[in-house]
Amino acid sequence: MTRIDAKFASLKANGKKAFVAYVMAGDPDYETSLEIVKGLPGAGVDVIELGLPFTDPMADGATIQLAGQRALAQGQTLVKTLELARRFRETDDTTPIVLMGYYNPIFSHGVDRFLNDAKAAGIDGLIVVDLPPEEDDELCRPAQAAGLNFIRLATPTTDEKRLPKVLQNTSGFVYYVSITGITGAANAVATDVGPEVARIKSATDLPVIVGFGIKTPEASQKIAGVADGAVVGSAIVDLIGQGKSPAQVLAFVKTLSDGAHAA
Amino acid sequence: MPEDLINSFMTGPDETGRFGQFGGRFVSETLMPLILDLEAEYEKAKTDQNFWDEMDFLWKHYVGRPSPLYFAERLTERLGGAKIYMKRDELNHTGAHKINNVLGQIILARRMGKTRIIAETGAGQHGVATATVCAKFGLKCIVYMGAHDVERQKPNVFRMKLLGADVVPVTSGRGTLKDAMNDALRDWVTNVRDTFYCIGTVAGPHPYPAMVRDFQAIIGKEAKVQMQEAEGRLPDTIIAAIGGGSNAMGLFYPFLDDKDVSIIGVEAGGKGVNDKMEHCASLTGGRPGVLHGNRTYLLQDDDGQILEGFSISAGLDYPGIGPEHSWLHDIGRAQYVSITDVEALDAFKLCCETEGIIPALEPSHALAHVAKIAPDLPSDHIICMNMCGRGDKDIFTVAKALGWDMAEAD
Repeated sequence: MTRIDAKFASLKANGKKAFVAYVMAGDPDYETSLEIVKGLPGAGVDVIELGLPFTDPMADGATIQLAGQRALAQGQTLVKTLELARRFRETDDTTPIVLMGYYNPIFSHGVDRFLNDAKAAGIDGLIVVDLPPEEDDELCRPAQAAGLNFIRLATPTTDEKRLPKVLQNTSGFVYYVSITGITGAANAVATDVGPEVARIKSATDLPVIVGFGIKTPEASQKIAGVADGAVVGSAIVDLIGQGKSPAQVLAFVKTLSDGAHAA
Repeated sequence: MPEDLINSFMTGPDETGRFGQFGGRFVSETLMPLILDLEAEYEKAKTDQNFWDEMDFLWKHYVGRPSPLYFAERLTERLGGAKIYMKRDELNHTGAHKINNVLGQIILARRMGKTRIIAETGAGQHGVATATVCAKFGLKCIVYMGAHDVERQKPNVFRMKLLGADVVPVTSGRGTLKDAMNDALRDWVTNVRDTFYCIGTVAGPHPYPAMVRDFQAIIGKEAKVQMQEAEGRLPDTIIAAIGGGSNAMGLFYPFLDDKDVSIIGVEAGGKGVNDKMEHCASLTGGRPGVLHGNRTYLLQDDDGQILEGFSISAGLDYPGIGPEHSWLHDIGRAQYVSITDVEALDAFKLCCETEGIIPALEPSHALAHVAKIAPDLPSDHIICMNMCGRGDKDIFTVAKALGWDMAEAD
């Protein structure tokens, strides 16, 4: 059982929805980023999605791309991202960390070496946007074998025929992308998302978490209300981009997690 | 893999879209069903005579194919060695090879009922070709172009606008061709129902590299027949310039199993293939990685972050290369070399002066390599190079590089 499985089991036992927060590792710089990440559990975050910076984030909007550029400009790398996770683990051994990013930095590091290093750093799961089920041999299967969860995105274009394929090698939870589009763009609408989540839940026992287009505590509550939890990324990253202090960022995160937990 | 163990070099890609380890389908889940749809539609079209009849008709009457195979007599004399032929794809409607592929993709889009066409462009040739064919069929056209390229390729930007396309200057990242491709993918992921992404080169997720190659292969098929007519035999060497690699793949593909024909791809060496990465030579100066849906050679740093290329030619300014080229490079079926900006400019001038042909900067790279090797080859050695685009779009860039003041010159 990974930290992710344990966290969702405990949330379920308490009848609570999950709140998942995304931040880019190394944004705006390594130390500030570490301070923010360390403060997330205290701000009510159940699962941390830690962004792995990449020059060409094709599924992300401007907010996340700029965050990646800020991090890279400060010298952030995959190695330093794992180091950041390891330092977080010195103070917190229960909050799951999901590393989210694109395949090339991982491929460049070497898949086996990456899996060893990620495991040692206390990473629990991976979301790799540009690895669909068709490419499962690349990283998904090796990651599962190494004891890391491989969390897949399901989208509005994932139809009935395709859904079993998407769910097949997924573990930890399913990340439902609420819109066709990029991160931080359109608003997720609970009345659209609800039936889609139900459709996915009828095909899997895994928790279904919804992300993309959730920007406010109200949206966080509404979306969490029709799923097992909600993810917020761009709205948090926006504040970091504006130069807000870790305390200000974490205060906003708290309002989002309160929203999800009230659902 | 030793060459003599392979029956054919023309069977790729496999069902996973791989040429050896290269290629694949590295896209987000949102796009995956779209790519599978496209693959199914293309597989149907490939064996549908109606599809090819329509292509042949338009290639002949709209594009002006077949393009001539031209013996460059004075260039041959000047270089004093091998006999040089040019495949004149710069004479196509819109002035480059790009339209060969665009026609195929737009006919497919129409068969799929798509009404909105998006494209990325570097030099603007693919954007112009896409805007042209969209105008002909009355389709909405949106072209993503790096802000830097919008600046250095103004004539093509104006052409696209005249043809009714929306040109979107891309400022994300560093505002270059790779960023234009990122933004086109972002558009596609947002507008999945009505939009067709018309990719301009032999890169991207499967089936694009194979599909674009198949449409561009008309270049090599014609060249083969024309060379037989002109010389009664195949050429000894074929040469083409490579950015993403579509004109080269189009010329090379029909010759892959003709093992006596040596194949040379010419990458953009920019200021020289050195540690400073002021070049776009993915094969010479890069290593395998994953970007824009496929695994291929990429310019990247030790952390797997993508680097910007540098070239005087906007059409070659891409940090990757089509996956089939990466495979041909690794198995040794084709040889890849690089040419610097300075060498390409010299070849540009040489071609103007000896043949009365103003070449684009892209094929000027291929010509520069021809000029390098031809003098040392015997006079019965036949070289066929792909003159894949005309140079009108580049005159401002070249004038600047040569220190010519266009404002005073008129």
